[in-house]
Amino acid sequence: MAEIFQKLQLYFSYPFVWYALIVGLLIALCSSLLGVTLVLKRFSYIGDGLSHVAFGAMAVAGIFGLTNNNYIVIPMTVISAILLLRTGQNAKINGDAAIAMISVGALAIGYLLMNKFPSSANISGDVCTTLFGSTSILTLRQDDVILCVVMSVIVIAAFLLFYHKIFAVTFDENFVRASGVRANVYNLVIAIITALIIVLAMNLVGSLLISALIIFPALSAMRVFRSFKSVIICSAIVSVVCAGSGIFISILSGTPVGSTIVAADIAVFLIFCIISLFIRRKA
Amino acid sequence: MSGQRGTPQLICEDLSLGYDGETVAENINFTVCEGNYLCILGENGSGKSTLIKTLLGLKKPIGGEIKHCGGIKQGDIGYLPQQTAVQKDFPASVREIVYSGCIAKCGLRPFYSKAEKALADEMMGKLGITELSRRCYRELSGGQQQRVLLARALCAAQKMLLLDEPVTGLDPKAQADMYELISTLNNEGITVIMVSHDFAAATHYASHILHIGAHTQLYYGTTEGYLESGVGTAFAERAVSENG
Repeated sequence: MAEIFQKLQLYFSYPFVWYALIVGLLIALCSSLLGVTLVLKRFSYIGDGLSHVAFGAMAVAGIFGLTNNNYIVIPMTVISAILLLRTGQNAKINGDAAIAMISVGALAIGYLLMNKFPSSANISGDVCTTLFGSTSILTLRQDDVILCVVMSVIVIAAFLLFYHKIFAVTFDENFVRASGVRANVYNLVIAIITALIIVLAMNLVGSLLISALIIFPALSAMRVFRSFKSVIICSAIVSVVCAGSGIFISILSGTPVGSTIVAADIAVFLIFCIISLFIRRKA
Repeated sequence: MSGQRGTPQLICEDLSLGYDGETVAENINFTVCEGNYLCILGENGSGKSTLIKTLLGLKKPIGGEIKHCGGIKQGDIGYLPQQTAVQKDFPASVREIVYSGCIAKCGLRPFYSKAEKALADEMMGKLGITELSRRCYRELSGGQQQRVLLARALCAAQKMLLLDEPVTGLDPKAQADMYELISTLNNEGITVIMVSHDFAAATHYASHILHIGAHTQLYYGTTEGYLESGVGTAFAERAVSENG
């Protein structure tokens, strides 16, 4: 035990470990807030689709050799999010097909571009990093952290300001529109926030595992809690605790950060499933 | 009550309905007055749901005009939609859902005011669901769920209700309760527009009937006139043979 503490103490004397922890917890918090809405609106897969778009955008940004890829990745992902959430309502291609199409399309084009215009000698290493997050969270620079904190504050503030509207739009969009509220504006807000979260989360878990960060805490909370507010709060706590413990475990045992966090989320989901069985038997 | 005309609240003139440029119903003319109980009858595919969307302003009419008057504006119609698949396993308490009826009153304010909460509590009391306010919506019976959605509709608008097949999926006892409840609200002065394919209930409770056939309006007027006109006969016979 003492050995573990010593090891942790050593690690936490480095600022990059602190950065990783701050960024990880903020991203986990943001993604869980929106996760509940996305799962309930039947958009669980949008995270997956958008993260692949972000992957493709990352490849495009690599060609231009910009200092900060986010200048290209954020706008492209936001635009795709708006398009995808719009097609959910009335379009010639229905929602899940559109997501599947954009998702694999962006993945293919992204990989193609990465191979054609390699930004470093180690292509498979680059691809692996983008897909699985890997260790890049431990190499964050100060301006990455600041960007992440600013974005998280925007996401959390927007969520709190629009909380009741997001609930109403998620529960019954037609009713909201019928009572004279511009529901499309709030759908747009949801789309933009989702895109921002995904771009942020790319650093943490990589584009293949983002969906897990969005849906697992929400699904766990929905097993046990039965009002919207309690589900949101529980999912935020679950997500933050899982991200925190995932980061600690990965530091101590040298496992990849992203997949360790997701493994923690899966474990909590299973525990909550068992708890829900007991609650139901009691009731 | 029937036949009596109050202040007109909603006037539809030569309305044509449809989507993607295709017309599903034309020449629809009717007037809803204060305190009316209008039942819109029609078979599946006759454009009832398109008419609802148009009345609510979710869709623009292809032709004709909807006039709001007598103190009713667009958005002043309390809407009771049919349940969606999303709602069946939605984790939300009754109170959260009824409060969301006040969403239009909030404007840009991020939370509900005391007055709005009081209104929601009053509506829950009126519909007898106050004890359920902390319960989870998805664990309620069908009849209770409809009451919750009705309370929400009343929070949004107190003068006019638009009910879309309000008894679908309810057992006979709950259906009768729901119809009685709607009737009580109507007697208290709330204008009711109900879409239904339940001929018996429509002619029993409604003061006016609008019957839409394939592509056009077959009848609009009082319920007595409808029964005499014989327009509904074929429809009623089919309904009887279908239901046993």
